[in-house]
Formats: sequence, structure tokens, C-alpha cells
Amino acid sequence: MAEKTRISTQDLNLYYGGFRALRGISLDIPENRVTALIGPSGCGKSTYLRTLNRMNDLVPGVRIEGKVLLDGQDIYAPDVDVVTLRKRVGMVFQRPNPFPMSIYDNVAYGPRIHGEKRKVVLDELVESSLKGAALWEEVKDRLHKSALGLSGGQQQRLCIARSLAVRPEVLLMDEPASALDPISTSKIEDLIRALRSSYTIVIVTHNMQQAARISDYTAFFLSGELVEYGPTGALFTNPKDQRTEDYITGRFG
Amino acid sequence: MISTRVKDRLATAVLWLSGLTILAILAAFLIRILGQGLPVLNWSFLTSKPRAMLPGGGIAPELFNTFYITGLSLLFSLPVGVGAGIYLAEYARPGRMTELLRLSVETLASVPSIVLGLFGMIIFVNRLGWGFTILGGALSLALLNLPVLVRVTEEAIRDVPQSYREGSLALGATRWQTIARTVLPTALPGILTGVSLVAGRAMGETAILIYTAGVTVSRHLPDFSLFAAGETLATRIWYVKSEGIVPDADAIASGSSALLVLVVLLFNLLLTVPLYVWQRNKGGGTH
Repeated sequence: MAEKTRISTQDLNLYYGGFRALRGISLDIPENRVTALIGPSGCGKSTYLRTLNRMNDLVPGVRIEGKVLLDGQDIYAPDVDVVTLRKRVGMVFQRPNPFPMSIYDNVAYGPRIHGEKRKVVLDELVESSLKGAALWEEVKDRLHKSALGLSGGQQQRLCIARSLAVRPEVLLMDEPASALDPISTSKIEDLIRALRSSYTIVIVTHNMQQAARISDYTAFFLSGELVEYGPTGALFTNPKDQRTEDYITGRFG
Repeated sequence: MISTRVKDRLATAVLWLSGLTILAILAAFLIRILGQGLPVLNWSFLTSKPRAMLPGGGIAPELFNTFYITGLSLLFSLPVGVGAGIYLAEYARPGRMTELLRLSVETLASVPSIVLGLFGMIIFVNRLGWGFTILGGALSLALLNLPVLVRVTEEAIRDVPQSYREGSLALGATRWQTIARTVLPTALPGILTGVSLVAGRAMGETAILIYTAGVTVSRHLPDFSLFAAGETLATRIWYVKSEGIVPDADAIASGSSALLVLVVLLFNLLLTVPLYVWQRNKGGGTH
């Protein structure tokens, strides 16, 4: 791959207590590309995603070995500030999780916790983030209404806007469309394609068609191992590993 | 053999009746208390001082003290109670220290109020030599509030979806920012429900206050002195009915009871109505 690497994991192992959930994952994620992580339930793809912004830190009993380098810097080094890391590496979750506040306050949440108080700046950020998430037209007249009144698909795009508002460099998405209807899903997919030029996107999906549609690279996980990784087209049309072929042809999982 | 259909109807009827029973008890209770007490309530009863021997005394200082002591007891117990609740829900890791803390809260919750009253008397009235004071009463009452506040806060915070915390942390918020900006506001309705329960109980508490705040009132009204004696409405009711020698003791008790019920009701409304409005504006609702 002649791509510039944004995130590089090297021989990454993760243990939940005595259980080894990730087994020696070495994977280079290219800049400004969409990288999809696929595999059956429990294969470790979500766990892997959560190591990239250290969300696993919240889970008691988790131990990590190996390296995760963001622009060459180990994010698990002792002097790393998790707050700064998570500002650079945003995350969108499986179920839309807007805060029980107005649409505006949801988007302004990130900038505010990072100290932005000027109303002009916040207004501008809210607008550009909502536009970035293709939600502005639908909500511009109800910015101060509750975010919980939005549909599921709108809520998920709001969560994406909320992430964009802190100006991240990397966006992690954990099955962002799995709780949505087909129309909302296709809007999210369009959005991901549009965001690709400015962000490095890593997306977990259980939907192989989705991975094929939106991603540039695909990594196939199985039982905590990285089985195969490569350009999406090549992996789906000409898998090198028998297990990958079995999975994408629907023989299991 | 009873068909499932009949069983289903039967269950519905029984549950419906249970609900109705509660409603009936409350209605009977309110009708009796308010029916007897409301006729006694008039401007002079509400605004004049009590009399020891002659009829026609009022309950103004008691009404004031009811709010004052309840307010002070909340002032003392809220920070510690809510703080400990937050700690238990968000920070405490399983271990001996947490077990001990939980055990302490449970033990404190099961102490009978008369024991807290006697404890308060030993400490504030005798050992510190304050005599019967509003401060001693409020501090002792705070002990009664404390365990309930801890538990209510902890439960309200545990009810906040984990996804809110994750969403906040993923944006780079610190743990405290997440608690202060997302978790606490979401848990607030639950916490305030607890506060109104605690306040209602504190307003009606007698055993603790008889031994710590006394059954007399200051000559001044209103007297904000923390070291004045502080009879409340509830202790007034107990006092006139058991030891009072005023000829209109029954009327005073009925009037005070009705007033106490109204005051507790009013306090709950004062707490819940602004919350309701705030939630609607803030976007806690669905519209």
C-alpha cells in the first residue's frame, strides 16, 4: 500500500481478565480513507475499534499489550493525555446516543468542554458541523428543541455532527447504521463517503455489502485474530484466505 | 377449571382494586384531616404566636420553624448525601472500603428516629451545652435525611444510560465534566424526587426534634437565630395533644395537621413544577 499511515497497531493483544480478546493484531490504517472492520459477532472488531481511542480504559480488568501508534506516537504511553487523544479521535456508537438536551447543546457540548465560550464561534461550529453531517437543512429551524425528538437516523447524524464539532482527525464508527432503517442507512453511507476526504474513518460493520459499498480497505477479524486485510475490492473478489472466502460467501457467521 | 381468560380478568381486577385501595385510604385521610383542620385555619391562627394557657393562640413561629429547620437539615445533608451517592455510583470500586460505606449507610437508615433524637440530645443539648436549639434539631434531622439521600442519588445516577457517559467521554470530556454536564442533569429528576420525600419526612418528624429542638419557641418572630428553641408544626401537634393545657388543644392540633399536610404538598409542588418546566425547555422531553 502506497498510502500514508495514520494509525498503526503493532502486535496488539487485549485481555479481559484471563480471556484473550485480541491476538497479535498488526494493522496499518491509511489517512483519509475508509477502513472497514468485518467479522462475525464476538470476533473482536468492536474491541479493536475501542482500543484506538482508549474507550476500553473504562472497562475494569482490561489489559493491553503491544502498540497503537497515532501519527507515530504511542497512545498508550504513560504521558499521553486521554482527553487530547479523544479530541483527535472521535467516536460514533452503535445506538444513537444524543444527550437529553437541545440539538444545539448536543453539538456545542464538545467545544464547550474544551473551553469554547464565545457564542459566535459556537454558532458557527454548530452550523458547520450539522452541515457536515448533512442534517442542517432538517433541523435549522428547531435547533433549540430536544434532540430526543429526532428520528433514529437523524439522531445518528446528530451524533456524527457532535463528533465533528471537536474537529477530530480520525472518526471511529461502531456499526453506526445497524439500528437504523434502510433509508437512514443509505444517508449515513452517503455521509461517510462525503467525510472520507477530510477524515480518516474506521468503521465496524456486520453488513458486508455495506463494507463493500463504502470502504477503501477491509479487515476481516475472526476469533480475535486479523485474518486478512487489504483493498476492499480485492478482499471481496479475490480473498487470499479460505476463512475469508467462507465468511464473505456466507458459509458461516 | 378456570380459563386463562377469566384468570386474566381476575388479575386485572385485583390489581385495579389495590390501586383503588391506596387512593381510597389517601382520600379518607385527606378528607378527615382537612375537614377538621381547614375550618380552624384563619389569618390570626397563621400569624399569631402560641399561648400556653389561654385559647386562641396561633402557630406562626411553628410554621416558620418547620421551614427553617427542614431547610437547614437539607442544607447540611444534601452536599454529603448527594456527594456520597455520586461517589458510590461513579467512583467506588468494589472492595472493603465500599462495602463498609454501604453498610454504614444501611445501618444509619435503620436507626429509629427516637434513637437519633436521643443521640442529638446527648451531643448538642448536653455535651455541647446548647440546650434546645434550631441548629441542634437541624443537625440531628440531617442524620435522618442522609442515608435516604445517598441511596436515592446513587440509584438515580445508576439509572442514567451508560451510553451518555460513553458519548461524553468519547468527545474528550473528563470524568468530572461528564458527571457535572450529563449525568447529574439527567439524574436530577430522580434526585429531586428523593429530596421531596426527605423534606416531607423531615417536616413531619417529631421524635428527633422533641429532644433536640424542644417544644418552645422564641419570643421573636421570625427568629433566624440558630440557637433559639425551635418547636415545629409536627412537634406542636404532639405537644398540645399530650401535654398541652390550652383549652383549644384539639382545634390547634387539627389546624396544625391540616396546615402541615398543605405545607408538604406545597413544598413538593414548588420542587416539581419548576423541574417540569425546566425539563421541557431544556429538552428532556420528547417534543
